[in-house]
Amino acid sequence: MTKKISKSARISRREFVVASAAAGGGLALGMHVPFGIDAAEAQAAETEVNAWVVIKPDDTTVIRIARTEMGQGTLTGLCQLVAEELECDWNKVTTDPITPGRNLARKRVWGEMGTGGSRGIRISQDYVRRGGAAARIMLLQAAADQWKVPVAELAVANGVITHAASKRSIRYGQIAAAAAKVTPPDSKSITLKDPKSWKIAGQPLKRLDTAPKLDGSKVFAIDVNLPGMLNAAVMQCPVYSGKLKSVDEAKVASMPGVKKVVRIKDNAVAVVADTYYHAKTALAALPIEWDVGQNGAVSDASIAAHLKDGIDAEGSNGGWGYGDAAKAIEGAAKKIEAVYSTPFLAHATMEPMNATVRYTPEKAEAWVPTQNAEASLAALSEASGLPLDKCEVYRPDIGGGFGRRGGTQDFVHLAVAAAKNFPGVPVKMIWTREEDLAHDFFRPISQCKLTGGIDQDGKLVGLKIRLAGQSINAYLSPSLAVGGPKERQLQGWYQEPGDAQFGYDVQNLQIEYGMRNTHVPVGPWRGVNTNQNAVYLECFIEEAARAANKDSLEFRRGMMAKFPKHLAVLNAAAEKGDWGKPLPAGVHRGIAQFMGYGSYSAAVAEVSVSPEGKLKVHRLVMAINCGHAVNPGQIEAQVQGSVAYGLTAALYGECPVKDGRMTDINFDRYQIMRLAEMPKVETVIVPTYDFWGGVGEPTISVTTPAVLNAIHAAIGRPVRSLPLKNVKLV
Amino acid sequence: MARLNINGKVRDVQAEPDTPLLWVIREQAGLTGTKFGCGIAQCGACSVHINGEVMRSCSVPLSSIKPTDKIVTIEGLSPNASHPVQKAWLALDVPQCGYCQSGQIMAAAALLAKKPKPTDQDIDAAMTNICRCGTYQRIRAAVHVAAGQSNASAPADSRRQG
Repeated sequence: MTKKISKSARISRREFVVASAAAGGGLALGMHVPFGIDAAEAQAAETEVNAWVVIKPDDTTVIRIARTEMGQGTLTGLCQLVAEELECDWNKVTTDPITPGRNLARKRVWGEMGTGGSRGIRISQDYVRRGGAAARIMLLQAAADQWKVPVAELAVANGVITHAASKRSIRYGQIAAAAAKVTPPDSKSITLKDPKSWKIAGQPLKRLDTAPKLDGSKVFAIDVNLPGMLNAAVMQCPVYSGKLKSVDEAKVASMPGVKKVVRIKDNAVAVVADTYYHAKTALAALPIEWDVGQNGAVSDASIAAHLKDGIDAEGSNGGWGYGDAAKAIEGAAKKIEAVYSTPFLAHATMEPMNATVRYTPEKAEAWVPTQNAEASLAALSEASGLPLDKCEVYRPDIGGGFGRRGGTQDFVHLAVAAAKNFPGVPVKMIWTREEDLAHDFFRPISQCKLTGGIDQDGKLVGLKIRLAGQSINAYLSPSLAVGGPKERQLQGWYQEPGDAQFGYDVQNLQIEYGMRNTHVPVGPWRGVNTNQNAVYLECFIEEAARAANKDSLEFRRGMMAKFPKHLAVLNAAAEKGDWGKPLPAGVHRGIAQFMGYGSYSAAVAEVSVSPEGKLKVHRLVMAINCGHAVNPGQIEAQVQGSVAYGLTAALYGECPVKDGRMTDINFDRYQIMRLAEMPKVETVIVPTYDFWGGVGEPTISVTTPAVLNAIHAAIGRPVRSLPLKNVKLV
Repeated sequence: MARLNINGKVRDVQAEPDTPLLWVIREQAGLTGTKFGCGIAQCGACSVHINGEVMRSCSVPLSSIKPTDKIVTIEGLSPNASHPVQKAWLALDVPQCGYCQSGQIMAAAALLAKKPKPTDQDIDAAMTNICRCGTYQRIRAAVHVAAGQSNASAPADSRRQG
């Protein structure tokens, strides 16, 4: 009887947690339940105070993190937020990467795990802070109970609770076990700290995860080595939606180490061997015939014609506006028009796609570099045919993500297909760089025609934007908006405030989207559509300012009175970027502003173009208002990184299509900017402390238009197509 | 069968003569700090030292290595990450994802061995490894710190030494 009551009590606690998670965005407290915890969690020496916080007797504080760390610093930032509320000793913080199996077994107590869209911190900040605060409250209550004093008489700092009147103190490690038995507070009752009083959060603390990246000891998924493991190399039909026609397995059967040639679905082949080098070598020697189908005729030219049709056609798949742009432009003193274009781009994460899978008819396990471990788990379940609770995904920190390793999980499906041939034997599948760049989910290609009317006073009185290009949602997520004003392709040009709002008042505005899809797979690429849309809008605004004989900054300011946050960041960039001040001979400035991922960004670029047409980007001043700045040191790193990612695209990025397939599939052709070309980046963080914006992506969008506008200043004409390597600057 | 000296340890490995040193290091010697990035000597993630020269091991066949050649990987660069480059990388919080950083550190260490006080131009010429996270600015600063030409300044945090 006692046993039964105990069990029902536990279940009711779990139900409380689920209800709390549903109401409070994922917060769960008091999950020190004696079941559903794996062996690692059940070590007697440590105490789970709540789902977020585990404390060891030596005060080591383990903070559980559900989001992926891919270089963007979210792991450290989230720990800072938990530690801030917890009042623990930062020097004793370590982390525990939650697996999706653990999350599922505990009814998603850690919330969603997807890490993309610059959401890692801004979407989880509330419930992780409440998790840290709840643990602190429980620890304090336990000390108060032990000392039989009112909890209000206690103070806490650096993981030490003190009672001044009796001169007693106790460390978190000493009281954690008692704290875990305290009834958790109602999460809604918790008052979080005013960010202006933060001591751990808000500081440029060093990352928690650097040391193993310096001596080779960090194990990425590609480094996983399991007993008896086999290795696989894979090739998919180079033409998307083409099929496998034939494969001559016998030709490679006797090559060193080869175990098996595996046909995967109807469009891929893998070679499984003892070592990866053997697998890769045999795959390269394997005679494969593909049926490429009608997409084998698709080329850059046919895609460009398809997009041009989208520019010229009537009818819109989404957009919005006000006034009568066409009439205003028609009646304006001056009319300007331009067509811009940007190419497909690959992500090119430094760690190529890979996954290691151990399959048995009873259980499937995968080691995956993933931005969405729950999507990996779902893919593992689907591909293995095993239910979710018989699957588990281990998720080492990843060697770059940039949007490639989110929802699609193609790398998991392929690895499972190979591993199912070897029950009980782990199989690691690594993609060659060629496979990685041939089979990406590319940044969508697009063209954009912009038309503007300028009145006698030099004001932009009408603006029409017609975008034509491929829809990510149509390809990947038809359940999300396809077409309409919320279509992802219009990112940065939305009417609504808060996320990616269009930041100009132009009197008469018309924005249209002509969806023109191709056979090329597309997906989110760091910054997604803000990058292209910022180039289109901000370079055209530059053209308009010049047509109006106005200073580029003043021209923008004149249209931004209704958008004070956009304007404030523009002003910050202009001020720190010395806008209007003298420059060395031959150096020119450009400016741009844009909004995305809930944050406001602006940039001032300084460039020179040599008489031979060689471009040098000298300096970029990057301003961002991300609302709250959890770790300014990491924000600076992200801004610098976004410049490198954006400039690589501007200078070199393109994925040409010939015969239905990508042609530039290694770094000899798909060029990446190197250190020598990195400009001096100055990061200006201007938080207004009244919202939570993203950091990883927003500033990429302004990098390229600022540079292009500086080039416009240097050479006296606009550059309207990318990459710059194809554009003559003299 | 080939005899190799990796990080001061002599070992015999079983691999075909055309096997790139990268895969011998990763799959035979089990040292996975040296990374695969492109396979065509473009990205530098596989950089190691051979007799003190930085080499892109994905394009060095096993057959070209003599038993007397001294191969050093990131694991053997120093005991306890004590090389000045590693210390500077830690002080300036250089890595983001970290995948390319073994190669970056090996390239920087080779540069400093040849030019203890490199100029920015020297750094431009020597540091040609790809970093997709875009850590280039901190790499440049950290090379100068490792050379003793500037002090570690950013990010300012003395509370955690990593």
